[in-house]
Amino acid sequence: MPRLRFWLLTAALTISGCGGPYPQSTLHPRSDFGRAVDHLFTDIFWWAAGVFVVVEALLVIVLIRFRHREGRPAPKPTHGHTVLEIAWTLAPAVILVFVAVPTVRTIFATAGDAPADALRVEVTGHQWWWEYKYPDLGITTANEMHVPVGRPVQVAITSADVIHSFWAPALGGKRDAIPGHVNRIAFRADAVGDYSGQCAEFCGASHANMRLRVLVDADSVFQAWVKTEQGGPAAPATGSLAARGKEVFLHSPCLACHTIQGVSPGVIGPNLTHVGSRGTIAGAIFPNDSAHLASWIADAPSLKPGSLMTRMKPPLTDPDIAALVAYLQSLK
Amino acid sequence: MSEATGGGLKSWLTTTDHKRIGLLYFWTAFAFFLVGGVEALVIRLQLAHPDGHLVGAETYNQLFTMHGTTMIFLALMPLGSSFFNYIVPLQIGARDVAFPRLNAFSYWVFLFGGLLLNASWFAGPLFHAGVLNVAPDAGWFGYANLTERQYSPGPNIDFWLLGLQILGISSLAAGFNFVVTILNLRAPGLKMMRLPTFSWMTLVTNFLIITAFPVITVGLLFLMFDRFFGTHFYVREAGATPVLWQHLFWLFGHPEVYILILPAMGIVSDVLPTFSRKPLFGYTVVVYSGILIGFMGWGVWSHHMFSVGLGPIADSVFAATTMLIAVPTGVKIFNWIATLWGGDIRGTTALHFAVGFIAMFIIGGLSGVSHASPPADLQQTDSYYVVAHIHYVFFGGTIFGLFAGIYYWWPKMTGRLLDETLGKVHFWLQFIGMNLAFFPMHFIGLLGMPRRVYTYSPDLGVSDLNLVSTIGALLIGLSILILVANLWRSRTHGAPASNDPWGGATLEWGIPSPPPPYNFSVIPTVESRLPRWRTERHGPMKDPPARPPAPIHMPGGSWWPIVAAFGLPVMALAPLTHTLWVVFVGAAILLFGIYRWAFEPFEV
Repeated sequence: MPRLRFWLLTAALTISGCGGPYPQSTLHPRSDFGRAVDHLFTDIFWWAAGVFVVVEALLVIVLIRFRHREGRPAPKPTHGHTVLEIAWTLAPAVILVFVAVPTVRTIFATAGDAPADALRVEVTGHQWWWEYKYPDLGITTANEMHVPVGRPVQVAITSADVIHSFWAPALGGKRDAIPGHVNRIAFRADAVGDYSGQCAEFCGASHANMRLRVLVDADSVFQAWVKTEQGGPAAPATGSLAARGKEVFLHSPCLACHTIQGVSPGVIGPNLTHVGSRGTIAGAIFPNDSAHLASWIADAPSLKPGSLMTRMKPPLTDPDIAALVAYLQSLK
Repeated sequence: MSEATGGGLKSWLTTTDHKRIGLLYFWTAFAFFLVGGVEALVIRLQLAHPDGHLVGAETYNQLFTMHGTTMIFLALMPLGSSFFNYIVPLQIGARDVAFPRLNAFSYWVFLFGGLLLNASWFAGPLFHAGVLNVAPDAGWFGYANLTERQYSPGPNIDFWLLGLQILGISSLAAGFNFVVTILNLRAPGLKMMRLPTFSWMTLVTNFLIITAFPVITVGLLFLMFDRFFGTHFYVREAGATPVLWQHLFWLFGHPEVYILILPAMGIVSDVLPTFSRKPLFGYTVVVYSGILIGFMGWGVWSHHMFSVGLGPIADSVFAATTMLIAVPTGVKIFNWIATLWGGDIRGTTALHFAVGFIAMFIIGGLSGVSHASPPADLQQTDSYYVVAHIHYVFFGGTIFGLFAGIYYWWPKMTGRLLDETLGKVHFWLQFIGMNLAFFPMHFIGLLGMPRRVYTYSPDLGVSDLNLVSTIGALLIGLSILILVANLWRSRTHGAPASNDPWGGATLEWGIPSPPPPYNFSVIPTVESRLPRWRTERHGPMKDPPARPPAPIHMPGGSWWPIVAAFGLPVMALAPLTHTLWVVFVGAAILLFGIYRWAFEPFEV
């Protein structure tokens, strides 16, 4: 059945000229949580499709069969029929039982906490980026979450400002990030991959630019990532462009908002200790390359409306920006 | 005869005639409907391609907020009100509503509230905002704490909350008026269970209005205090929770969904019998399901909040109540199909739209069941799948139903028939357009595109689907232009309508089109549910005579409703501009209007 629905959908998408892949699809689950939700949706989809066909067909048949024709005798003025009324009250009620029972079962199955050995990740939504903390590992990073394949993960979600919603569709349903509340989801990823997602609750000007990635790594890759993240930032070689960039950083307003471990203490913006190892910047909307990094530093609000990272006054010179880019890229 | 029957601007400004107020509601709501439609088209053009840049993020956020707010509060609700006003007194055999001046007050408050909201498109310079448009920008359900001053410092949210407060006053006043009218002004013999279905659903709707609007009034009042007086109803740092807003808003918001759909259901329940020449199948069941939906609508609000994390017990309970509401809805649909069964179905434009309502509302209802299931909803909520759902319910449902009402009652309201050929072209274009526009949104959402994003990545694989949706939206726009042309053309070229162009069963078809100011020359006595049709026990009733046998006294116009109503937007200017003394000017105008109104001599 799920296969048939998959082909139906694929057919529909092919007709409309879409290919794929669909990195943010809810229909290609890659975790136990995602699959539970998808199974439930598949069941509901088939009940709905059945009801749809029956009722719409009935409507079309009635319209054709009883359309006005000359000489048709006046219709019999029927007012109702008790048995029919009872029947079509009970029929939807019975169908709904078949939807409600698996629904409640899935609610409780997906609400439970992950096992005690789960990897714990604390997600905090900010306008407009995501902060990830791994309390047991002492890691803080942004926008790109790394988790090991096949191991249970417990995600605790909250917000530092307005309400956001953490959504990585392939790994399961979304949960709102609400200031003052902590929501939990638990999942175990099936397959190594790079899964995209984004904020789902409207959160202000750049809601559309609050994207995220979840990188599901093989265990060895994950351990290596943990090791790198737990280390301090790379120190630029003396006299290098990156070393000059560090000087620029230390004499700019950057340090008021960003943490680089052992260098600066700011906590308003994303932690940059290992920013060079991330694939994207600015809420996972741009690739982490020199060109994007340079224009981002020069004028963030023009790339991301409303960005709290304002234009610097006085503006940095181009050589300073180049040095800063070199420094940030060296922070692997 | 009073001045209200004459022409001229003054007669419209001072009118208390329910029919004129109905027409004012119609044209005003229709104008706002066009504004909301243009906003929708700009949204769709922006999303036609990934990384679109027709408008910027700020303007886009204002567009979708105002599209939703306009369509719900300024177009669909008042279009329903235009039929409450024009048709309900005719259906119940009354000469006017219970409180004609309050009725005029409701209309003027609605107009001023709508203008105040839309003034925000041009008010930027007044606030030194550096841009022209400072329209509301937090979505039509304006979730706190984004709406707090800290995160939305501009006047945008002020316009939204003050506009909605003013509109709420209009809805409440009208709500009480129609409840009293329907309960007390029915013609002799018109027992409750003989009431036409549209009037029944109007009654249920207005009960919902007078019970649901106080809830959002409180929610908005809290927000207003937070923004202007430094209270902390939704402020996390003060120990409160922004989730309170969601409970208050949806406790109003879900009944609001039924406020929008029940009138359309009532229209369909009147149109189908007329054009299949058969009584409504299961009248009692249809009426009771409408009442039941009205009650059950109060127990489902948290299904808008499954992603909030209310816990498995609350999620299960709200899933169950939500699924239960599908039962009376399904019952209505089966009864409508049974009404058509065995009938002599005449394919008028009104019938096309009524059947279109059933066909499209089924889709909205079924997608609704899929997000009544909380785990499934965690993938669907706040995605384009929900945008598809809301449009199948409000566009496929409410708008198709209201348009059926336009084609059905237009001849009664204006004395001119609409062109049936243009009407059917309009129907098919709109039907195809809406399915092209909204059906792909199911896929767009399931493939991971959230709602309320001004731009999306080409990597999502939804670019082509979005383009199809935009083409559909343009088709809808074209179909609406045809409707505008048809309405305009009917003024001069429409065939004159007889009293009863369709062979209707209810009282409004027994009097001239348009009706005289007093409606009924003699108040009719009703002996059956279908007074103008022959039934097993009754012959068709005799229509009232063309001329009243005795002079009929009708109340004259009054300036005081519009004067009192004008005080409200003036009061709203005080918080908007942070100028205290203005509030006293507004209050003085309001109180002066009410005072003069209260002591107005009966004979004007």
